[in-house]
Amino acid sequence: MGTGILARHPLAFYVVRRVLAGVLILLVVSVIVFAATQVLPGNAAVQILGRNATPQAVVQLSKELGLQRSAVSQYLGWLTGLMRGQLGTSLAAKQPVSQFIGDRVRNSLVLAGVAVLLMVPIGMALGVAAGVRRDRLTDHAITGFTLGAIALPEFVSGALLALCFGVWLKVLPSVSLVTPGTSPLAHPSALVLPVATLMLSGTAYIVRMMRAGVIEALGSEYVEAARLNGIGPQRIIWKHALRNALAPTVQVLALTVQWLVGGVVVTETIFSYPGLGQGLVQAVQLRDLPVVQAVAILLAAAYIAINILADVAVVLLIPKLRAPL
Amino acid sequence: MSQAASRVSRTSPAKRGSHGRVARTLNAFGWARTVPARLGLAGTVLMLSIVVLGPVFAPHSPTAILGVPLTGPSARFPLGTDFLGRDLLSRVLYGGRTVVLLAGVATIVGYLAGATVGLAAGNSRTVVDAVLMRAMDVLLAFPPVLLLLVLAAGYGANPVALIAGIALIHMPGIARILRAATQDASVHAYVEAAAARGERIPGILAREILPNIWPTIAADAGPRFTVSILLVAAINFLGLGIRPPTADWALMISENRIALSIQPLTIAVPAALIAVLTISVNLMADAFARSRGISSAKLVRR
Repeated sequence: MGTGILARHPLAFYVVRRVLAGVLILLVVSVIVFAATQVLPGNAAVQILGRNATPQAVVQLSKELGLQRSAVSQYLGWLTGLMRGQLGTSLAAKQPVSQFIGDRVRNSLVLAGVAVLLMVPIGMALGVAAGVRRDRLTDHAITGFTLGAIALPEFVSGALLALCFGVWLKVLPSVSLVTPGTSPLAHPSALVLPVATLMLSGTAYIVRMMRAGVIEALGSEYVEAARLNGIGPQRIIWKHALRNALAPTVQVLALTVQWLVGGVVVTETIFSYPGLGQGLVQAVQLRDLPVVQAVAILLAAAYIAINILADVAVVLLIPKLRAPL
Repeated sequence: MSQAASRVSRTSPAKRGSHGRVARTLNAFGWARTVPARLGLAGTVLMLSIVVLGPVFAPHSPTAILGVPLTGPSARFPLGTDFLGRDLLSRVLYGGRTVVLLAGVATIVGYLAGATVGLAAGNSRTVVDAVLMRAMDVLLAFPPVLLLLVLAAGYGANPVALIAGIALIHMPGIARILRAATQDASVHAYVEAAAARGERIPGILAREILPNIWPTIAADAGPRFTVSILLVAAINFLGLGIRPPTADWALMISENRIALSIQPLTIAVPAALIAVLTISVNLMADAFARSRGISSAKLVRR
């Protein structure tokens, strides 16, 4: 019963608890998304069509969105459809939302994946370098660069990159065209500038967190003890300080991926890269509610899942943390 | 413990110390000793003066169509014209107000809302505390940009929805800080002493608790303002905040994008100004937070 498997396996209990909490939060998020787009702003059909719309058009759209039903029944209908994998029909494209999303999910995953694979090792190396050489020239140079890069909005760095490499040097396209049905990996030049834009902000973020983690580890008692035992500085950094920076590293990875969920939205739009984020922005501009709702739930679910995965990974990697479960 | 020491602990730390007004004024810029901090301060002052005084020096109306679209710099149009034939310099001088104003208002609204929730939760020993803080957890489950896009889908390009959205993004973090600080402060002897003197809860909050958590709030406000600027600019760039024909640096970058190869100045100038603004404010906020012993690496989140 309740005192059976779960009580004997606190880790399993922890995972189950986190997943259940995540599902619950996602449910509340779905209520908020639905309410904010379709219920609270007033008659959604009038909102979408504008004040000058003909009554017939409003009635027609109200029928399409199911607005004649009560808010609760609209929400429940939408939610059950979502769970069955029926995401609704796009108002603008008149095609199933799943079809609209399909290719875009892959394109966004490729963009985000390439960016993570490049920025995590680079950011961690720079962060460790800055932390180890704290307050010296290397540190000042790296920290100064990250303070600037982290505050630069993606659309500004993206526009400046497009200007430099697309217009002046003419070496890379300033608009990322990906032929529908093909993988973006088949168009490497289309990926370079979006990836570079994401890396500029994302790497800076990783560097700062790694630097803080390394400085904290180097100031700890076990590093002091190792130093007093006569262990050389190289060995201390690799065997003691970085080993114990494992938890912050996993968190850095998770935060980076979480940040990317928002970062790809703007970056894809600058370069007209046909990903999920650009699709979402288009749908918001056209007030294509079924697409907005489906993409929002998808992105929120990814965001929550990453959070849970990271927390579970940290607990798995560091046995010390299992005690207070 | 000596008599004097036990008496001191009944006075709130914020009231202790004998700093005179002069010493405090000199100390106010004590955090700006490093080169990045000074660059940040100088850049912020420069950008704020452009934002405030710019419209006075604008040679033309920012929205009037005055000439041929996308001409280069000339005597009449010092920076040339934009994609509709409006004076680029005038639009640049007017275009910083919306970003700074919206970001400032959104940050303040976020503090008011977050502080209300945090103080209420921190002072409550009932289920109210748990309910409020779980509600904050739900807000944290939204990627910030996504929350703003969902609001824009429901309410259209709407500065009020933008302000509300950014305030909601800041709310959980601020509520957590104030809840922790309130719980922390309410166990101190000076708070007990105030309660024993018969002071009411609002009075205790205002006179004993708020002054003591003020340094934390001050260090946290700078990074939050930076995040607000970044979010406002991103949403304006996407065309979901400020509506044309208003001059706005972020909006100018997106509306002139078709002219990137013809007249790069139309994009390079507003992009450079946004870059200087956000970087300066961030350098300043970071130096200020560090001087208070808080690493802003943990605060900045977008």
